[in-house]
Amino acid sequence: MTATGSLRRRLEHVGIAVTAVLAIAMIGLLTIDAFRSVPGIGVLYEQARIAGWWADHYLGTSIFYHPFMWRSIATGILIGVVAPLVGTYLVHREMALIGETLAHTAFAGVAVGLLVSSITGWSGSLMVVALVVGVLGALAVQWLAERTDTYGDVPIAIMLTGSFAVGTLIISYGRGMTGINVQDFIFGSISVVTPSGARLMAVITVVVVAVTVATYKQLLFITFDEQAARVARLNVTWYNTLLIVMTAVVVVGAMQILGVILVAAMLVVPVAAGTQLAQSFRETIYLSILFGQVAVIGGFVLSISQSLPTGGSIVVVAIACYLLAVFASSRSSPAISMH
Amino acid sequence: MTVVALENVTFAYGEQPAVKDVTLRVDEGDFLGLIGPNGSGKTTLLHLMLGLRTPDSGTIELFGEPVSAFDDGERIGYVSQQATSGGGSMPVTVREAVTMGRFAHAGHRRLTADDHAIVDDALETVGITDLADRQVNQLSGGQRQRAYIARALASEADLLALDEPTVGVDAESRDAFYQLLESLNDDGITIILIEHDIGVVTDRANRIACINTELYHHGDTESFVESDALTEAYGATGQVVHHHH
Repeated sequence: MTATGSLRRRLEHVGIAVTAVLAIAMIGLLTIDAFRSVPGIGVLYEQARIAGWWADHYLGTSIFYHPFMWRSIATGILIGVVAPLVGTYLVHREMALIGETLAHTAFAGVAVGLLVSSITGWSGSLMVVALVVGVLGALAVQWLAERTDTYGDVPIAIMLTGSFAVGTLIISYGRGMTGINVQDFIFGSISVVTPSGARLMAVITVVVVAVTVATYKQLLFITFDEQAARVARLNVTWYNTLLIVMTAVVVVGAMQILGVILVAAMLVVPVAAGTQLAQSFRETIYLSILFGQVAVIGGFVLSISQSLPTGGSIVVVAIACYLLAVFASSRSSPAISMH
Repeated sequence: MTVVALENVTFAYGEQPAVKDVTLRVDEGDFLGLIGPNGSGKTTLLHLMLGLRTPDSGTIELFGEPVSAFDDGERIGYVSQQATSGGGSMPVTVREAVTMGRFAHAGHRRLTADDHAIVDDALETVGITDLADRQVNQLSGGQRQRAYIARALASEADLLALDEPTVGVDAESRDAFYQLLESLNDDGITIILIEHDIGVVTDRANRIACINTELYHHGDTESFVESDALTEAYGATGQVVHHHH
């Protein structure tokens, strides 16, 4: 191995370690926020707010003191980990549009969730209902793919438009029953992130990372050579279903900040950037997550400093990363297929 | 020992029969060449043998077990047409691809030093140790074939199934590749090879199955060369690729 190769590998490992520490800190912060009424943890909560106050003081901002901003930032950081992680497999299976489809299914879920929460009066149900509907949508996509023998354009287009259509009907039916602005879910917004939504994202992150680590070998084999994986007697249908359900779960979590329309970008763009530069599959995952973090943090900075929409800012930074990666890539191989 | 046994196997895509009433047996240590014109059902037959498709009627056994119940995936090394034609844009190194041969053994456990040592040996056997850190999609056709064979070796497969492995590979690498297959066969690995170049098959394989939906010949290579199976299977106007030495 060359000296630059080993330096590069070391930098990547440092980057991933920093990301892991950051993600764990964010999950810790959300945990403290969730259990702040417990006496011992209440002290930690106060300390965290004081630390936030000092951070704001030195940075001249008004961000870190506010728990609702913690939740948004934590959710963003966690999205920046899990979306590219799952996206790496999707992109290399040429299933990039599955994310977009599942986001629209999740939109129908939000619509149902709004209806349910207006009837039950429990606002926490919104994301949970969206999650359940999103997973059901994922299973429907998988079922269609199995029947039609492909993740082809047509079943995808039917699911995508169909679930959005159902969502609009439900929202129209339930109009006036809730005070929640549907537009926030379509375009994404920091203000959408509720305490329960942020906690859900923390749980999603822990589960998705654990499952992906545990099934790394199987998912890699299936992504690289599905037929050989079948011959090796891997349960391909089961792992495909697992991947698509994980995608649905990640999409529902990520939709809070990115919105239905933009959420697929976090599954695809950091991975496309990482693929430009990576030499191996493991490196693709590392770089995709690092680009995901740059996009989220850069997007937050851009959005907060310039008062721009958060979802759009994150995606624009991600695409800037992608263009830089294309520029930096000395490889002659063509840009990754985006269909 | 019988590696693959098919009895009266029939398979159709909808109304279109692809394989009709085929009965054949592959024994341990065989080098079976599977030949036939384009669209004759060769690939379908191989898929049926490996359990990638379920027959409409007839029975298939792999290593003495019904194919649907067979679960020793690591005993089969498979190189598909799809695997060798492109490679796509996925950045996977040769070492990563060959390591996949250990996945069926490992299941959900971590790979051990032994697993990695077996991968190193497999790379060495096919002579691509120096390419281990290169991406599969940057390799030439011949090098890529070796990587896939190394994956099969890493899985310590008893049966190697190859579907037209040398399409797009230059003549020199092709000869070297078939020598490699021959030496693996000498080591006791059973080989089933689909190949459109009949000369290569008759030179290397000890058994020939010639099909065009139905089985026209199944037996040793000498009797195949003497029979009319080829002309019958390909029809009078069929294009036969001969390989002259």
